[in-house]
Amino acid sequence: MMRIVIGAALAVFLAAGQALAVDVKPAVVYGTGGKFDKSFNEAAYTGAEKFKAETGIDYRDFEPTNDTQGEQALRNFASRGFNPVVGVSFAWTTAIEKVAKEFPDTKFYLIDSVVQMPNVRSVVFKEEEGSFLVGLLAGMKSQTKKVGFVGGMDIPLIHKFECGYAQGAKAADASVEIFQNMVGSTDAAWNDPVRAGELTQAQFDQGADVIYAAAGASGLGVLQKAADAKKFSIGVDSNQNYLHPGSVLTSMVKRVDVAVYSAFKDTMDDKFEAGVVALGLADGGVDWALDEHNAPAVTAEMKEAVEKAKAEIIDGTVMVHDYMKDNACPF
Amino acid sequence: MDLWQFLFLLADAVPSAIRLTVPLLFAALAGLFAERSGVFDIGLEGKMLAAAFAAAAVAHVTLSPLAGLACAIVVSVLLALLHGFASITHRGNQIVSGVAINFIASGLTATLAIAWFKKGPQTPQLPGEARFGEIAWPFPDLTGDLPVIGWLMSRVLFGHNVLTYVAFLAVPLTWWIIYRTRFGLRLRAVGENPAAVDTAGVSVAFLRYRALVCTGVLCGFAGTYLSIAQSSLFVQDMTAGKGYIALAALIFAKWRPVPVMFACLLFGFLDAVSIRMQGMPVPLIGEVPAQVFMALPYVLTVILLAGFIGKAIPPKAGGVPYTKER
Repeated sequence: MMRIVIGAALAVFLAAGQALAVDVKPAVVYGTGGKFDKSFNEAAYTGAEKFKAETGIDYRDFEPTNDTQGEQALRNFASRGFNPVVGVSFAWTTAIEKVAKEFPDTKFYLIDSVVQMPNVRSVVFKEEEGSFLVGLLAGMKSQTKKVGFVGGMDIPLIHKFECGYAQGAKAADASVEIFQNMVGSTDAAWNDPVRAGELTQAQFDQGADVIYAAAGASGLGVLQKAADAKKFSIGVDSNQNYLHPGSVLTSMVKRVDVAVYSAFKDTMDDKFEAGVVALGLADGGVDWALDEHNAPAVTAEMKEAVEKAKAEIIDGTVMVHDYMKDNACPF
Repeated sequence: MDLWQFLFLLADAVPSAIRLTVPLLFAALAGLFAERSGVFDIGLEGKMLAAAFAAAAVAHVTLSPLAGLACAIVVSVLLALLHGFASITHRGNQIVSGVAINFIASGLTATLAIAWFKKGPQTPQLPGEARFGEIAWPFPDLTGDLPVIGWLMSRVLFGHNVLTYVAFLAVPLTWWIIYRTRFGLRLRAVGENPAAVDTAGVSVAFLRYRALVCTGVLCGFAGTYLSIAQSSLFVQDMTAGKGYIALAALIFAKWRPVPVMFACLLFGFLDAVSIRMQGMPVPLIGEVPAQVFMALPYVLTVILLAGFIGKAIPPKAGGVPYTKER
C-alpha cells in the first residue's frame, strides 16, 4: 500500500515536472562579424555556452558570412523545430519579421533591434548609458582634453554610442573636445582594421589621446594603433581590456551574454513574453569593465566619479540622451 | 576652418598617405609585370588576400615576420602560376581565371582561419616582434624642431615601416627590369606582338610565366604589408578592394612604372584626405562629404578612359591567349 502511494506521488511529481520545463532546442544566429570577434558576437557565444554548461542542453549556432544568409539560417532553424531561435544582430530585423510570421509557434528573440510581433521578444541595450560612463573616464584621463570616437558603420545605433560618450566626456569637463569618425557606410566597415587604424592616427594627429572604438572587428585596429602610439583606447561590447593591458583604458560592456542566456532560460521555464525590453545600467545590461589589466590606469578618483555617475543614472538624477529617439545629438 | 588649418591638415595627411600607398604600389607594380606581358590580371586582390593570410598565420606560429613574408610570397606565386596554367597553358579567359582566384582566396582564407585558429575568420593578434616594425633612423631627432625640414625628415622621409622603403625601391627596380634588361625588352614585346617574339625563337609561354612569378612576388609583399606591418592580424576580406584600385592606378599611369608610383601616391593621398576630411569643411567650398574624396580615384580613372586626360593604350596583346599559327 505504502509503495503504491509513493509510486503515485512520484508519478504526479514527474508529470508536474515535465509540464514545468518546456522542451527546448535553442539555436543562435550570430551577426556577420563572426562568433569570435572578441566583441559583440563572442559575448552571445559566451551566454549560450553558459546555458549549455548549466543545463546540459546543447544548442545549434550559425555564423552567416553575408547579409542574405541570416534569413535562410533563421528559417532553417525554425523549420527544423528549434525553439527558441535567437538572432544576434540588428541586421536580422527584417529577416525575423518575415520568419516569425511563417512560424507563429516558434519563439524568436531579436537582440539589438525591435520587431513588434506576438512571438518575438526584442532585447535592446541602453548603450548611451554605458557609453556615458566610459566617456566620463575618457574625459578625466585625457591630458590634452581631446578625446576621439571611431564608429563602424554609419548608422543611428552607432551614433547612439557616440552621443552618450560625448555627453559623458563633457560631464567630466565641459571644455573637452570630441572627434568622431565612421569607418564606412557599408558592411565592410565592420571588417577594416587598417582604415580604422588610420582614422585613429588622424585623431591622434589632431591631439586626441583617448579613443573609443565601437566598430566590431575594425575596432581591433583602433586598439592596436593606440597601443603602438602609447595612448589610450576604449573597447566595446565584450571586455577587451586584456587585448593590450595598460593601453585599453576600459571597455563598454554590453551584456549580450546575459541576453542570450536568459532567452534560453526563459523559454525553458515557459516565461517567454513578447515585447521590447531595454537593458540599461540598472539591469546590468551595460556596464564599464574594471579588471587587473586596466586597474593601474584607473585612478581612485576616476573610479569614484564613475560609480557616482552610475548611481545617478540608475536613480534618474542624470538623464543620458538617446540618439535614436530624435536622431540628433546635442553634444 | 581657415586656409592655414587646411594646409596643416593636408601636411598631416602625407605620412598617412604614404602608409596607404604602399599596398597599392606593390599591387600596381605586380599588375604591371602581368599586363605588360599580355596577361590581364584581375586576381591581384585575391593574391594579396591569400598572402596577407599566409603572412599572418606563419608569423603567428613562428613569431618571425621574415618567415611570414617568405610564405606569403610562396602562396602568392603559386596562385599566380595557377592563373598562368589556366590562361597561358590552357588559353582560358584571363578575366574569368582572375575572378576565380579572387573567389578562391576570399573563401579559402576565411575557412582556413576558422579551421586553424578557432577564432572566427581572422588570425590571432600578433605580438610586436612578429610584425615588421618601423626603422629607427637617427636623423629625425636631429632635425625634429626645424619647421619644414623637421616635418619632412620625421614624417615623410623617415620613421616608416621597413616594407615602405622596399615598395618605393621596387619602382626604380621595375623600371630598370622593364626598360634596361633583355628580359624586360622581351616582356614588353610579348605583350605587344607575341608572334614576333615567337618568330625570334623565344618561348611566349615561358616568358609570360616568368612575368607572372614577378607578379606573385610583388603581391606577396602587398599582402604581407597589410596583415603584419600595417595591422597586426588578418581579418576576412581585409584587402577591401585595394587590388582593384591598384588596377585603376595602373591604367591611370598607362602601364609605366614611375607614373604608377605617382598614381598610387595620388590615390593614397586622396584616401588619407578623405579620412581626415570626414565632417570638416573645405575652405571656400564648405563641407564636402568624405565619399567625394573616396570616389575620386575611380572618377579620375573613368575620365582618363573616356579620353579626357591623354589616352590609355593598353598592351596590344593584352587579354588574348597566344596561339601559334597553324
